[in-house]
Amino acid sequence: MSETMTGAQMVLKALAEHGVEHMFGYPGGAVLPIYDELFQQEQVRHILVRHEQGATHAAEGYARSTGKPGVVLVTSGPGATNAVTGLTDALMDSIPMVCITGQVPTHMIGNDAFQEADTVGITRPCTKHNYLVQSVDDLARIIHEAFHVATTGRPGPVVIDIPKDIQFATGEYVAKASVRHKTYHPKVKGDLEAINAAVDLIVNAKKPIFYTGGGMINSGPEACQLLRDFVKMTGFPITSTLMGLGAFPAADDQWLGMLGMHGTYEANMAMHDCDVMINIGARFDDRITGRLDAFSPNSKKIHVDIDPSSINKTVMVDVGIIGDCGHVLEDMIRVYKSRASQPDKAVLGAWWTQVNAWRGINCLSFQDDKTEIKPQYAVQRLYELTKGPNTYITTEVGQHQMWAAQFYRFEEPNRWMTSGGLGTMGYGIPAAVGVQVAHPEALVIDIAGEASALMTMQELSTAVQYRLPIKIFILNNEYMGMVRQWQELLHNGRYSSSYSEALPDFVKLAEAYGATGIRASDPAELDAAIIKMMETPGPVIFDCVVTKNENCYPMIPSGAAHNEMILGGDAGSVSVSDEGRVLV
Amino acid sequence: MTQKQIFSHTIAILVDNEAGVLARVIGLFSGRGYNIDSLAVAEVDGQSHLSRITIVTVGTPMVVEQIKAQLGRLVPVHRVVDLTVEAESVERELALIKVAGSGENRVEALRLSEAFRARVVDATPGSFVFELTGRKEKLDAFIDLMRPIGLQEVSRTGVVAISRGPEAL
Repeated sequence: MSETMTGAQMVLKALAEHGVEHMFGYPGGAVLPIYDELFQQEQVRHILVRHEQGATHAAEGYARSTGKPGVVLVTSGPGATNAVTGLTDALMDSIPMVCITGQVPTHMIGNDAFQEADTVGITRPCTKHNYLVQSVDDLARIIHEAFHVATTGRPGPVVIDIPKDIQFATGEYVAKASVRHKTYHPKVKGDLEAINAAVDLIVNAKKPIFYTGGGMINSGPEACQLLRDFVKMTGFPITSTLMGLGAFPAADDQWLGMLGMHGTYEANMAMHDCDVMINIGARFDDRITGRLDAFSPNSKKIHVDIDPSSINKTVMVDVGIIGDCGHVLEDMIRVYKSRASQPDKAVLGAWWTQVNAWRGINCLSFQDDKTEIKPQYAVQRLYELTKGPNTYITTEVGQHQMWAAQFYRFEEPNRWMTSGGLGTMGYGIPAAVGVQVAHPEALVIDIAGEASALMTMQELSTAVQYRLPIKIFILNNEYMGMVRQWQELLHNGRYSSSYSEALPDFVKLAEAYGATGIRASDPAELDAAIIKMMETPGPVIFDCVVTKNENCYPMIPSGAAHNEMILGGDAGSVSVSDEGRVLV
Repeated sequence: MTQKQIFSHTIAILVDNEAGVLARVIGLFSGRGYNIDSLAVAEVDGQSHLSRITIVTVGTPMVVEQIKAQLGRLVPVHRVVDLTVEAESVERELALIKVAGSGENRVEALRLSEAFRARVVDATPGSFVFELTGRKEKLDAFIDLMRPIGLQEVSRTGVVAISRGPEAL
């Protein structure tokens, strides 16, 4: 039996049908009918942010820490354009998100009406898919489709632009179960022939490595368990991208740490020298590969990805498997177990001897200091004092993000929320808000830089309003540290606009918001201050005053190969090729 | 070095004829820096609202594979077929060509149009509009011949193509 209702009622009914408990948004003229319905129900809890970008990042944090889609509600025009950064971020990092935008009434579209923007035009390249609802009778179906598209295949953001007259109009509600998509049916099972070919390479490998990414996290905790099983079974070393941290436990002996531009020496060297590379759910991003023509020159490459366009995009592979990581791993393990011959233990032993020699370089070592807090030391202490299965870390973007990835160790998936592909400064505070909404009892820490944190600082007000006890741990070096580092390496130390001039007093700023501010600048007082932060019940800004000119190492300079890493000790001898200088 | 060589490919895309679908396809090409040499689009099945887009593009084999994979993941896309590699295909384009002139040029234009089997679809004492169908190269050749004898204006449809034999897309 079909039900008749208004478009605005349909929105709430559909959200309820999809099990949505929280949404992040900001009202405005073109979404008032939906806000009116929100007011009259209790199923969906609305979190009022302070800026629409904050709503999108909060939804990302919520999604990344739960595996459920993040839901956003914003108004037309500036509401929608402010959401664009978060939509692009979610697209780059494959985060499931449904973003509902209000639109001017149908008859006014195209007339440059007040708060009108071509939302579907603007968001077409930064969403997985988008819809402009042209009739109330399409609305329920479109919402169901949007959730399906956002959460299946390679997840991503979907925008539903709903003109105000359609929110008021009356039509028939179509239930979720009766909608089947005409064209969109992503493939989850991998081709068995390809899986067999992959296992052939795996059992005969002499110098293998697993290289996993965000696709593992998207595939879910069960898939991560399969990965752990398979890595144990084979005895191979494993590394992961920034997006994939936590899929495999950092405490395990087979874990080499993160790879890539600021990855570990052992991970990058093993990638360069391996003979079989097993990429599961990663996309050969330029932060990972370094110089493409020198990327892992002698390896056979296996690539498992749910998105067919990821395979052979930048790196040609020998075996491409299109499918969901979990499904493919399940089949791969079955095929592997059925094989008579398994990887040669003695040959693998020689490979591990080499890998352990690289490990012995101890690439993350840094010069500690008695008078100033080194940023690496700060993250180390933060990790030691806050680690645990109920701790969730978000970050902003820059040096602090890389130090967090290097020194904070993750044992479980969904505990690490960071902006990888887009590199969005200002991601961390709102993302922490989203994580804390999903996990009210958890310890949620945004490891931040002072410059990034100021980009979305207003969301601290959201945290205070909803009593979300997020901890904003700022590594304050008074510089946009990564910009400064690049200017030092590439532009002879001309620090053009990278000094954080006129910074606020973060302790007073916290107090102005009704939160708590804590400052530490002496290494001796750091532990006590971190403990105080953890014991403070509400939101905290922790102003951790760190060494100003510390660089983040190890580093693959742009345009260089994996085996041309710079370690902390050779910092004086950095040279970047002319080709490398034009890269980002 | 076949991986570096650039080839021309004719790609047929069957899409749901919904608002914005052409913008999605074109936006993908411009956004990712792919080339479009020609584009033709029209609804081919009114009942099920299907449109067919034919794009002629150029690129290295890796880029062309990327283009097809990227097209394939657009939500309203039903099918993507590379008519250059996946099938023997027939390609045609239609042009309307306006030529103005008098005397010997006018006679020459008409004589050449007969040689190319172009049809006269409009005539005035001082001009012709020819309709010419064929492969792209044939149209190019005819237009080049018209240039010195009064070519005024050209309108072309872009290439459309279909595979030979009984199988349908």
